[in-house]
Amino acid sequence: MSGLLFLALLDGLVYGSLLFLVAVGLTMVYGVLRILNIAHGSFYALGAYVGVVLGLFVTQTLGNPWLSYPALLLAAVLVGGVLGPLVERFVLRWAYARPEVLQLLITFSLFLILEDVQKLVFGVQPYFLDAPFQLLGSAELGGVPYARYQLVLVLVALGVLLGLRFLLRGTPLGKILVAVVADREMAQALGVNAGRVYLLAFSLGVGLAALGGALASPTVTIAPGLGAEVIVLSFAVVAVGGLGQIEGAAIGALLIGLGRSLAVYLVPELDVVVPYLVMVLVLLVRPVGLLGTVEVRRI
Amino acid sequence: MRQGSLLLLLIATVLALLPLFFPWLGFVFTLALAKGLAALGIALLLRGGLVSFGHGLYFGAGAYAVAFTLRSVPLDTVWLLLLAVLTGLALGLLAGLFLSRYRGIFFAMLNLAFSMVFYALLAKFYHVTGGTDGIRVPTPTLLGLTLDRTLFGEALFYLALLLTLLLGWGLTRFLRTPVGEALAALRTNEVRLEYLGIPVRRVILLVYVISAGLASLGGGLAGVAVGHVVPELAFWVTSGEFVYIAILGGIGGVPGPFLGALAYELIRTFAFKYLAFTWQLLLGATMLLVIFFLPGGLWTLLGERRLRGRRATAP
Amino acid sequence: MVKGLWALVLVFFGVVAWSQRPAEIRVGIVTFLSGPASVFGIPARNAADLLIDQWNRQGGIAGVRIRPIVIDEAGGAERQVAEFRRLALDERVDLVIGYISSADCLAVAPVAEELRMPTILFDCGTPQVFEERRYTYVFRTAAHAALDNVAAALYILKTNPNVRTIAGINQDYAWGRDAWELFKGAMQALKPDVRVVGEFWPRLYAGEYSTEISRLLSLRPDIIHSSFWGGDLISFVRQGLGRGLFGRSRVVLVAGEHMLQELGRTLPNGVIVGARGDHWFLHPTSRDDPEHRAFVEEYRRRFNRYPVYPSYHMAQALLAMRAGYERALRATGGRWPTKEEFVQALVGLEIKTFTGKIRIREDHQAIEDALFGQTVQTPQYPFAILERMILFPASMVNPPVGVRSVDWVRTLRPELLRQVPDPR
Repeated sequence: MSGLLFLALLDGLVYGSLLFLVAVGLTMVYGVLRILNIAHGSFYALGAYVGVVLGLFVTQTLGNPWLSYPALLLAAVLVGGVLGPLVERFVLRWAYARPEVLQLLITFSLFLILEDVQKLVFGVQPYFLDAPFQLLGSAELGGVPYARYQLVLVLVALGVLLGLRFLLRGTPLGKILVAVVADREMAQALGVNAGRVYLLAFSLGVGLAALGGALASPTVTIAPGLGAEVIVLSFAVVAVGGLGQIEGAAIGALLIGLGRSLAVYLVPELDVVVPYLVMVLVLLVRPVGLLGTVEVRRI
Repeated sequence: MRQGSLLLLLIATVLALLPLFFPWLGFVFTLALAKGLAALGIALLLRGGLVSFGHGLYFGAGAYAVAFTLRSVPLDTVWLLLLAVLTGLALGLLAGLFLSRYRGIFFAMLNLAFSMVFYALLAKFYHVTGGTDGIRVPTPTLLGLTLDRTLFGEALFYLALLLTLLLGWGLTRFLRTPVGEALAALRTNEVRLEYLGIPVRRVILLVYVISAGLASLGGGLAGVAVGHVVPELAFWVTSGEFVYIAILGGIGGVPGPFLGALAYELIRTFAFKYLAFTWQLLLGATMLLVIFFLPGGLWTLLGERRLRGRRATAP
Repeated sequence: MVKGLWALVLVFFGVVAWSQRPAEIRVGIVTFLSGPASVFGIPARNAADLLIDQWNRQGGIAGVRIRPIVIDEAGGAERQVAEFRRLALDERVDLVIGYISSADCLAVAPVAEELRMPTILFDCGTPQVFEERRYTYVFRTAAHAALDNVAAALYILKTNPNVRTIAGINQDYAWGRDAWELFKGAMQALKPDVRVVGEFWPRLYAGEYSTEISRLLSLRPDIIHSSFWGGDLISFVRQGLGRGLFGRSRVVLVAGEHMLQELGRTLPNGVIVGARGDHWFLHPTSRDDPEHRAFVEEYRRRFNRYPVYPSYHMAQALLAMRAGYERALRATGGRWPTKEEFVQALVGLEIKTFTGKIRIREDHQAIEDALFGQTVQTPQYPFAILERMILFPASMVNPPVGVRSVDWVRTLRPELLRQVPDPR
């Protein structure tokens, strides 16, 4: 029985890590830009597509499957570094001064546009990349074989969490980010280029989404409609953890991941409803999410 | 104002006449009116600065209320629609009592969460709700008459048009009452309103319940018109559609959302016909253009400018 | 003299009849061009393009060219009802062929009836459509989920008679629910001592199954049943493979055929795969049939892939349309048939398809044979093909007219297994 419990916890942790890798970019962008980016799921899908294409290129053309790991990271950097600034400069920049609902609709429109762009560029065939998953093989855990790649993802998720914490708390850039979030005018008066901070933060968020997609592509198959699926789950994670809270996203992802795996072990019938149930339960008790803060009302 | 009403009457007449020449339009228009009702609910909330990404819940609830009732009791269309409205009002009151405490993104998120739970339940309780395959809605009687499906569709469209005009008129009047005016002030500054002694939460609750009723009526109408209900009616994308429609049409006046719904349905129909591969792209691009170049929505093109001077609601 | 007059009259009537022919047959073709289900929709549209082009080059049907009007099935049931009306009333099509999603089939069928529009459902798998009500204008030219899952049960018990435990992992929506219910029912009826050890219901498009796989690994059922399709199917296979799931249990993929080419070398040997009918480009009896070969080769030349079951389902619908017009034309003596004459001609029609034949019954549901096999990797193809195939005759795997599928599977008896042909 303890073996089963261990396995259930491990499954929850693995699933939670995948969720965290997607959701963390969403929450970070909200934290800085105060925009809930509905197109986040599309960047996840784009990262996955680019990751698979690059990964297949290095395994097939260059003949070295081990290069597929850096290829996945490169995909995230490419999508974040190219698409991020483009979208920020030409679309989002016009959204900052607008009411919340318009910001949501602008990213919703972006989501619609990117869905079709994906289809035009990559077609509708499912894409996948096997090398990174197979190279690591599996290990015996809790009495059953477990894919090492999925365990590595847990470590990567932890790394991203710690890395972001360090970036925000321990580097000058992080201090600037925090300053802009706290008081944009004051930061600008002190000589901070807020526009550039937004650009950087958004691109980082896009890069994180793409990283999530690229790292998921060795296990999850990439097909049209992926973005729409991912975004709802990310919303649930972010809402549970508290908007804009990076540690919150980790807690939210873990809660939903564990909730789902316990459901599969105990009441498989509930599998589908678990993320939403967790979300509603948490929001009923704490509408701002577990780590969220209440904003001061302006007079 | 007189001119505005005249224009509206003209539009309504054109709407009423077109399906006589292009029968397939009748159904598209009925759907547009159904979605327009839900979008009107969203627009009301938007006036108060609240966004709901979960009105699919009420839309779906209205549709399923009709479908479930018709399974056991062959009620008349009029009673069915009334039932849909009551379902929406009841659910809206329940959720509203809780939701009226929240603002901004939390309000949007909570609505989303409720609607997704409802969606998941509809898909889950397979043996009761038919799961994702949905339930068939047999053609009910209309004002006591048993009509052939085609004739019923046409009659339903005119009933929907009449309902829309009546509701639109009623809501326009409601917006001019003190409560209605308080709503617009809510968006600008809620705290000041409280100092003026206006019970903000009760205003929000009232408007939320109305908006839920409108969305449910729309859902009931769509259920009867389509003849089949599926859980997707409550999915977040449907809720997103309503917000899209409201903004596309403009929230400045009551006719805005209906204008938006018409434009939305026509764009989609056009895109399905000519751009089978890129209809989402077209919808997205249209929205961006509207937001950036026509901030008041399509409604600005027709008449809001005249009203704007009188009712300044600068954000 | 009299003879000459007769000839003149005949020619005259011939000309009149000829001139009554429409300029073209307008066919609405509705299939997923976007979204996850486009993995079915695109191969189906490809098959339609191919066949219609080919037939038009040969002069169309009785000299009338076919004009396809292709519509995306995305957007939900309400959108599809609107599009159907537009096809019927605005595009003025002569018939509609379409619908992969069961919800769309169920929503559109009553509208087709109301608008008196001949409609051929070509792929959707819900048993409900014709079990719940009768239609005059609506047909389905492919078998439904009962065939897939009963054939799967029969195949398993024929090739692994000692099965004791089964588990199912199916997407939590109508198709997955139907599939598991029918499979479980058939298994328990055919071998009453079979025990169900687990039922898993991941979300549609979940894509991540490590929890379910952990459970399946520790439960070690003899058989794992799955009706997964598209990207979900590939994800499940790859994640399961990485963890040795296919070594511990025998896996049955009732709709697996359409993803074999995508899975390539990934799929191990010995996975039991169905093709939602008898659709397989290396079909045991018709792989060398000249028409079938021509179809496969032309499909491969144009789209760089082999046709999969949705392609065959589309071909079946088009073949039924052609056969229907030809039969109706014979009945009217060459006058172009009305819609009513066309739908009458479809009832009871038996059509030779590329892989076998279908028969449209009086309840408008077509029945076809079922093909199941086990995967094997060979040097000739870059993906797994099927071996140890069993071709189940249509009468064995389709419920009779007027019997609901769920009731029918319970009436199956273990003796039926003796009639199952041997694998080859």
